[in-house]
Amino acid sequence: MKQFDYVRPATVKEAIAAAAQPGAAYLAAGTNLLDLMKGNVSRPDRLVDVTHLDGLDRIDRLGDGSLRIGTLVSNADLAHDVEFAKAYPAVAEALLSGASAQLRNAATVGGNLLQRTRCAYFYDTASRCNKREPGSGCDARDGENRTHAVLGWSESCIAMHPSDFCVPLVALDAIVEVEGRGGRREIPFDELHRLPGNTPERETVLEPGDLIVAVRLPAAARGFAAHARYLKVRERTSYAFAIVSAAAALRIENGKIADARLALGGVAAKPWRARPAEEVLKGVSPTADAFQEAAWRALTDAKPSGNNAYKIELARRIVARALTLAAAGTPARIPALPASPFASSGAIHA
Amino acid sequence: MPELNLTSAPAHLRHGSNIGQPLTRRDGVLKVKGQATYAADNHPPGMLFAVMAVSSIAHGRVTSLDVTAAKRHPGVVDVMTPDHKPQLAIDPEIKTNPFVFRMEVLQSNEVRYANQPIAVVIAETLEAATEGTVLLAPRYETLPALVGLDADDSYVPPVVGVGNPAEHHRGDVEAGLASADKRIDAIYETPPQYHNAMEPHAIVAAWNGDSLQIDMPTQGLMLSLARVAELFGIPHDKIHIRSPFLGGGFGSKGLMAGPPVLGIMAAKLVGRPVKLVLRREQMYGPVGHRAPTRQRLRIGTDAEGRLIALDHHARTVSSTFDDFYEPAADASHTLYAAPAIRTSHDAVRVNTGTPLFMRAPGEATGSIALESAIDEMAFACGMDPLAFRLKNYAEVEPITGKPFSSKALRACYDEGAARFGWAKRTLQPRQMRDDSGLLVGWGMGTATFPALMFQAEARAVLRRDGSGAMEIGAHDMGQGGWTALAQIAADAVALDIDRVTFKAGTSDLPDAGIAGGSAHTATAGAAIHSAGAAVIAKLADLATNDERSPLFGAGNAGVIARDGRLVRRDDESRSESYTDILARAGLAEVEARGTGAPNPAAMEEYAMHAHGAVFAEVKVDPELGQIRVTRMVGAFAAGRIVNPHLVKSQLFGGMIWGMSFALHEEAITDRRSGRIMNANLGEYHIPVNADVPPLDVITVEEHDPHVNALGIKGVGEIGITGSAGAVANAVWHATGVRVRRFPIRIEELLTQL
Ligand SMILES: Cc1cc2nc3c(=O)[nH]c(=O)nc-3n(C[C@H](O)[C@H](O)[C@H](O)COP(=O)(O)OP(=O)(O)OC[C@H]3O[C@@H](n4cnc5c(N)ncnc54)[C@H](O)[C@@H]3O)c2cc1C
Ligand code: SF4
Repeated sequence: MKQFDYVRPATVKEAIAAAAQPGAAYLAAGTNLLDLMKGNVSRPDRLVDVTHLDGLDRIDRLGDGSLRIGTLVSNADLAHDVEFAKAYPAVAEALLSGASAQLRNAATVGGNLLQRTRCAYFYDTASRCNKREPGSGCDARDGENRTHAVLGWSESCIAMHPSDFCVPLVALDAIVEVEGRGGRREIPFDELHRLPGNTPERETVLEPGDLIVAVRLPAAARGFAAHARYLKVRERTSYAFAIVSAAAALRIENGKIADARLALGGVAAKPWRARPAEEVLKGVSPTADAFQEAAWRALTDAKPSGNNAYKIELARRIVARALTLAAAGTPARIPALPASPFASSGAIHA
Repeated sequence: MPELNLTSAPAHLRHGSNIGQPLTRRDGVLKVKGQATYAADNHPPGMLFAVMAVSSIAHGRVTSLDVTAAKRHPGVVDVMTPDHKPQLAIDPEIKTNPFVFRMEVLQSNEVRYANQPIAVVIAETLEAATEGTVLLAPRYETLPALVGLDADDSYVPPVVGVGNPAEHHRGDVEAGLASADKRIDAIYETPPQYHNAMEPHAIVAAWNGDSLQIDMPTQGLMLSLARVAELFGIPHDKIHIRSPFLGGGFGSKGLMAGPPVLGIMAAKLVGRPVKLVLRREQMYGPVGHRAPTRQRLRIGTDAEGRLIALDHHARTVSSTFDDFYEPAADASHTLYAAPAIRTSHDAVRVNTGTPLFMRAPGEATGSIALESAIDEMAFACGMDPLAFRLKNYAEVEPITGKPFSSKALRACYDEGAARFGWAKRTLQPRQMRDDSGLLVGWGMGTATFPALMFQAEARAVLRRDGSGAMEIGAHDMGQGGWTALAQIAADAVALDIDRVTFKAGTSDLPDAGIAGGSAHTATAGAAIHSAGAAVIAKLADLATNDERSPLFGAGNAGVIARDGRLVRRDDESRSESYTDILARAGLAEVEARGTGAPNPAAMEEYAMHAHGAVFAEVKVDPELGQIRVTRMVGAFAAGRIVNPHLVKSQLFGGMIWGMSFALHEEAITDRRSGRIMNANLGEYHIPVNADVPPLDVITVEEHDPHVNALGIKGVGEIGITGSAGAVANAVWHATGVRVRRFPIRIEELLTQL
């Protein structure tokens, strides 16, 4: 591995100063970054370890009813926080469907948000990749791309963002709290990640030195707690990224959908908020027809980026199912197989 | 590392004594405590770290390596390249015997497959060596890569598997098919797969003058030793290999591969001990894999559903420079009683590392195709898949006409089906649902694997203090050799297992043959058994020829050994302890050797196979196409079961592997570059715990007087066969969609659901 400096700043301010230098990178749990370094995909000169910064590992209920999750709260601790899981069950389910128990124990909030794509050509330094080496080309475009993006991709990059956690977060209008050289600012979740366009190497709106300090879930997001699900289709039951996933959250009043939230994972370079589909649902009864209609709306702009047309049809079906599950009500406890279509499978009838 | 003496690891459970008893692993406590020394755990003084640089192209030539940059990196000691390396005694391209494969040990700058070693950086630390490989910044002249089953013109290989003819037939298949009442003709594809043992290939090599100490996981101590000896031109007795534990081998550690040879060369080059451990992605190339196949099955039956012809053709690949051919079609030789059978193979050469034996080579790939086709044929005949298999039950081996040495497959079918509840299955697919509306499907497959024997030798010792020792260079790959073979050893010398020191896992012990072909327990066990018998015979000689012994005059056949005593067969009140016999004879110990070997006469007369029947239940989401295996039952008849505990573990592992074959495992090769795009355990999917359903294994009683002295058939590989097909057939039964490309992927189901 390339030699690098390792610094462990004492304060957020020092961290930002250290990370703003060219060639520097924040290190959280390292479950993604260190893998990339071992594979020579990332070659930072300096790692700025943020895991010892004070005060970033708390979950706080704020005066306005929102919940503030410090960036150093582990994915596992967050998912298992009882109050959190009650208020935001789809987020907890998404977290528990991600990676493996060992990884979740380590992985942090900020690290999860900023994890890189799993595009095999991005990982493989012998391949051409515009994201890794701007202007070099994209070997995925005509290569093994059955899991690549079907929404928001460009000719320069068809990669998808692999996070599960981000999908319900974008659906629930989470806010990303960032500290940078210019002070503190807040980024609506949907604006954090960028679509590739001609600059797939720029994955987020963050500037050098920007540190994610927390993610906030607004009070209003609690309103969906009774009807919120995350559903993830994958190639094995655990320890696999989504082929397609969806977070669906409904507020149902008097038999009608008062408000709806829908986002998809595994389909684009960012967690994909499906606002047109939400619009279709508002004010109507939660019926199969309405959900089908929403599913079509969610994928109107989808097009295959390669050998992955099936993902569009799959995404439609997942959306319809996730909405159906959400309408049926959040289960009392997170299923043993979180986010799996097999979460509640019963006895056999011949 | 101190000499292994597992009798001093006290914490194993004993439920009784010896063969047939479910002892827990005697090495279990060592492993749980991290005290089991695997090869890479060794750190001789002065040891350096070697890391391979591997090719990122699949075909071409290395045109430059920046050795200067790598050497400038702090900690780098030397860089081994085709221009700077110790000379080998023989050309590694020469195949000195059929078990020698060509290897890349920097003999040229030619690149024949992706991930081929092209240089080795040796450094004071692993990190420095690793960075050194990056700094080499290799440049290549790239030639077009041959990729896939249609890469080139096909040819009929001279042999497939280990020395089997590429084509076989009995009866007239074309005439049979022409006259058939019902026919199927279907093509199945299986992908390249990699062994992916948990423990990567690793070596710690230390030269001391012209002797060589090697720590290295191997399934074939003596084959490895012989290969090292010829490559380095040193006598066998100058080489010592220790391989007490393997973190899995599955065939990839059977024969000496290039990377460990590079480790030995590196140690020679720098004159210090060297450790070389493969990175996970480096195991996708130079250490073997299961080749992809495309198999066509044509089957015909008469109006009653009786098979009249079975034609099984398999296309596979080998490397551009060596030959190993996955004998997939041979799976059709033994199971179903078709009067006309033809099996054939052809192959194309591609830019890949040479394929190799991988757990159930040929049987696994062939079985999933054959069992799927049999399922399709049964349905075409309107018959239940089990009834169809019973109707076509082979009373003699179909391809040879030989009787079976034993075959309790009928009992496997019966017991497995009963346990599973098979009788309630609907004939038509897509008829069963669970409470939550998921599609439910039941499928089955027949398991089979040949009962093989190799050559082995063992040495038994009985000591005056009442203890014994059994020595054999046997291998524990995780299957439980330390335990099962020690059980056989204890019975062989009629001592309590805790009184017998069992030594294995090093090359200075008698040759145990290769741990492969599911034959290790049988082969090493037979040698142990015969060494035990021989040493007891010596002891009996001492006693029965000594007037002072109560056994005097009983004659050799007149005594039996029991619990550390020899007992007169015709008068059990007369007996004498080993200790007394040796004490009186003034001997500290007696020793004897014994061998295990195949019995050619029995092999000539009988077909020898283990059998089984596997039943699987899957659920499929009718809209999303997501599949989950929810239940599996396997009933296996594999001769004598030495340790039911370990045997179940082997069969569980095999069944999980079968499910993996049907649903998960696949190496994805970029068709342009020939590079493997998922060479890591994150993306090369094998089942995780959450995928594994409740598994039920039944071992069916089977006495086989012909296979070997102990009646052991072996269970290492059979679990995969049958299981893969059972899962695939269950997916069809759940959905009505027949997917013939494995692993079954969601897109293939989704659009047809
Ligand atoms: C085999 C495997 C399977 C996985 N499966 C899944 C899955 O199914 N679903 C899923 O969602 N995820 C999955 N993951 C990804 C996992 O969730 C991420 O690796 C993890 O969340 C990253 O968190 P971390 O703290 O380790 O981040 P790190 O690896 O430390 O950092 C990741 C990136 O974030 C940056 N960073 C970290 N913290 C901050 C901060 N506070 N401010 C600014 N930048 C920051 C780092 O500089 C780096 O670029 C998997 C990972 C692996 C290895
Ligand atoms: S899809 Fe994006 S990440 Fe993948 S190779 Fe192309 S540019 Fe790189």
